[in-house]
Amino acid sequence: MNMVKGFLDRSTLLRHLVFAVLAGVVLFLLTQQLDPFRNFQLATVAAYLCATAGLTLLVGMNGQLSLGHGALMAVGAYTVALSQNALADRGITGNQVLPLSLALGVLVTMVAGAVIGLAAARLRGPYLAGVTLAVAVAVPAATVTFDEIFNSEQGLSVAVEPPPLSLGLYFPNERWQAWVALTGALLTMLLLANLVRSRVGRNLRAVRDDEVAARLSGIHVGRTQVLAFVVSAASAGLGGGLMALLAQSVSPGAFSLTLSLFLLMAVVIGGLGSLSGAVWGAVLLVALPDLTHDSAQWVSLSPAVAQRLEGNLPLAVFGLTLIVVMIAAPGGVQGLLRRIGARVRRRAPAR
Amino acid sequence: MNALTRRGLSLATAAVLLTAVAACSEDANTPPAEVPGVTAGEIVVGTHMPLTGPAAAGYSEIAPASKAYFDYVNANGGVHGRKITYKFMDDGYNPANTQTVVRKLVLEDKVFAVLNGLGTPTHTGVLDFLKTNRVPDLFVASGSRSWNQPDKYPGTFGFNTDYTVEGKILATHIKATYTGKKVCFMGQDDDFGRDSLVGVEQVLGAGAVVAKEKYVTSNQNVAPQIGALKAAGCEVVVLATVPGFTALSMGTAARLGFKPQWVVSNVGSDYLTLSKVLGEGKVLLEGMVGISNLPSPVDMSDPWTAAFKKIHDQYNGSAPFNGNTVYGMSVAYLFVQSLQAAGKDLTREGLIAAVEKGGFKGPGLAPFRYSKDNHSGMGGGKLTKVTAGNQEFFGPVYETDSAAGPVNEFKEERPAPPTNTIPAAA
Repeated sequence: MNMVKGFLDRSTLLRHLVFAVLAGVVLFLLTQQLDPFRNFQLATVAAYLCATAGLTLLVGMNGQLSLGHGALMAVGAYTVALSQNALADRGITGNQVLPLSLALGVLVTMVAGAVIGLAAARLRGPYLAGVTLAVAVAVPAATVTFDEIFNSEQGLSVAVEPPPLSLGLYFPNERWQAWVALTGALLTMLLLANLVRSRVGRNLRAVRDDEVAARLSGIHVGRTQVLAFVVSAASAGLGGGLMALLAQSVSPGAFSLTLSLFLLMAVVIGGLGSLSGAVWGAVLLVALPDLTHDSAQWVSLSPAVAQRLEGNLPLAVFGLTLIVVMIAAPGGVQGLLRRIGARVRRRAPAR
Repeated sequence: MNALTRRGLSLATAAVLLTAVAACSEDANTPPAEVPGVTAGEIVVGTHMPLTGPAAAGYSEIAPASKAYFDYVNANGGVHGRKITYKFMDDGYNPANTQTVVRKLVLEDKVFAVLNGLGTPTHTGVLDFLKTNRVPDLFVASGSRSWNQPDKYPGTFGFNTDYTVEGKILATHIKATYTGKKVCFMGQDDDFGRDSLVGVEQVLGAGAVVAKEKYVTSNQNVAPQIGALKAAGCEVVVLATVPGFTALSMGTAARLGFKPQWVVSNVGSDYLTLSKVLGEGKVLLEGMVGISNLPSPVDMSDPWTAAFKKIHDQYNGSAPFNGNTVYGMSVAYLFVQSLQAAGKDLTREGLIAAVEKGGFKGPGLAPFRYSKDNHSGMGGGKLTKVTAGNQEFFGPVYETDSAAGPVNEFKEERPAPPTNTIPAAA
């Protein structure tokens, strides 16, 4: 047994693999227990997680700010939509084409990420924010300009097959969606966790902390920054592609500037320091609007006020949460948990 | 064996065991037994509406009006002893929100049916989801022809006169009244605008529309489009626009000194909604030609308007009484009619069969076209014109189909509302 443990300690990949498989089993069991709507929410969390994890890598580990990750999700989503529809038009259907479409979505988003990354590596601070902001605005506008392909604001519906028949005739579609999305999220987390622990990850952090020092120790700063952008874009692309499958439709309204800002807020609230923070961020993105809607129903308000609040309350709560978290726990949710954990460990009698 | 490994091992064993148990569960193969959303005393229905966002002006008043009518029906004993609970949720006219909201209604709130979901782009996204879950998708609040695909979406039915039918009727009027004038078109860049243009060109001929412009709701600047229409020398402009953009187009045209004859689609031509948006600028609406398939909200001599106003005052008093209110109540009336027709043993299949059987008559001026192979809504409408701040009907009711069929006068009289404004059981 000690041999196994020693082996796990030595091999990062193997340790992460074991974690991923365990997480996979736990999540699989969870999907069996949840009702369809919760499964759909879980699937949405998984899709967001891909994007927030990528963004955490970019902002938290590499120090590059992006206000355009919602747009990168859109690139992935539209690619998946166009690919699924093109395949369906040619009579190629079935669930086995899903991975192909998703891979294509990731690939196209990587190319987009590389282009933005090349520009980003030459820019700093507010200028970088400006460029990524432009991307966030430009991508939805492109769907309107090239409306023959993207069908303007109405968007495209995505041809998605129901769950495989081998699972049973009445198998809940949402559980199937959760499986697909969770597989994508686990894969993303596994790859990113490995990357963060590798030499590349150390380079990323070195560039973040001090570019001059990093350059002195032989790290190619520009290359590292572009790489971070490409990896981050790939994750966002997968997240967007999964969103397209979940919603069975894509439209520019779903990937507006608000989404980009929400993603950034989510990773900041979750905690920028580690990938676990991305998990909290993704959960918050789904849970907050839902919670505010439910709590607004408990309080009896006049219909007019309730109507005004209905759409705007989640925004307000999200903003408020950001402020509170920044004041109370600058390290985000994950930072707070770590601090609490450390305190508990200190208080606990030494064994 | 150290503690960490031991804990890991036990966790893994437990997980494997649980997986085996889960795999044996039968839930994937047993069909659900009871009808969702229906109990002995209640029917739960839901919808998605833009209560906030770009399309909220006017549209946010529809669902509360429907609810007011249901409250009235409930107070009078409900339908077959069941009270109707109507849950409407805000999607901000954003298709991504519609996805979540409709899933919440269907999967969590377990609604029996979705009633009057509003918007072409928003509702298109949930068609497949509603179909997979076999949820009746009744009387969609949009005139897109997409709702009329009984083979593909057996549970989806439209309510509005579809945009092509409307376009054909408006164009017939243009052909007869504005002979020789330059006709132009401005429409929303989706099924709404496109279907409408198809209808207009069907009647006027493909080359007859001199300039065609389109807009998207995310861009509030329509000056380039209106400028282009002015430059093309348009004398008659057909608008397939939502209320906000009807107002915007007219305001922009006024600023550019451009005064064409406006001919506006049903959804964007309610005078009360438009004059509220335009405020002082409501004089611009003078002479606007529109089309409607429901009684006028200001004409209290119409027995349906009077009946709805009475219910409105009692159950929806704080809201304005306008075209949206009449619309919401008319939809609710039709839904109660379908419930009555579906009978006491309410099932989703029974309800769909009842709607397909058709024969519903109510406040609508034009006939419903529901049958086994036609799921579109009303088949026509009557023209309106704004004169001295009043939107009045003129001419006969026209009806036609969405294809190449002729535009006919529809001569059948509407029935008077039942004494208690609740449709009788079939």
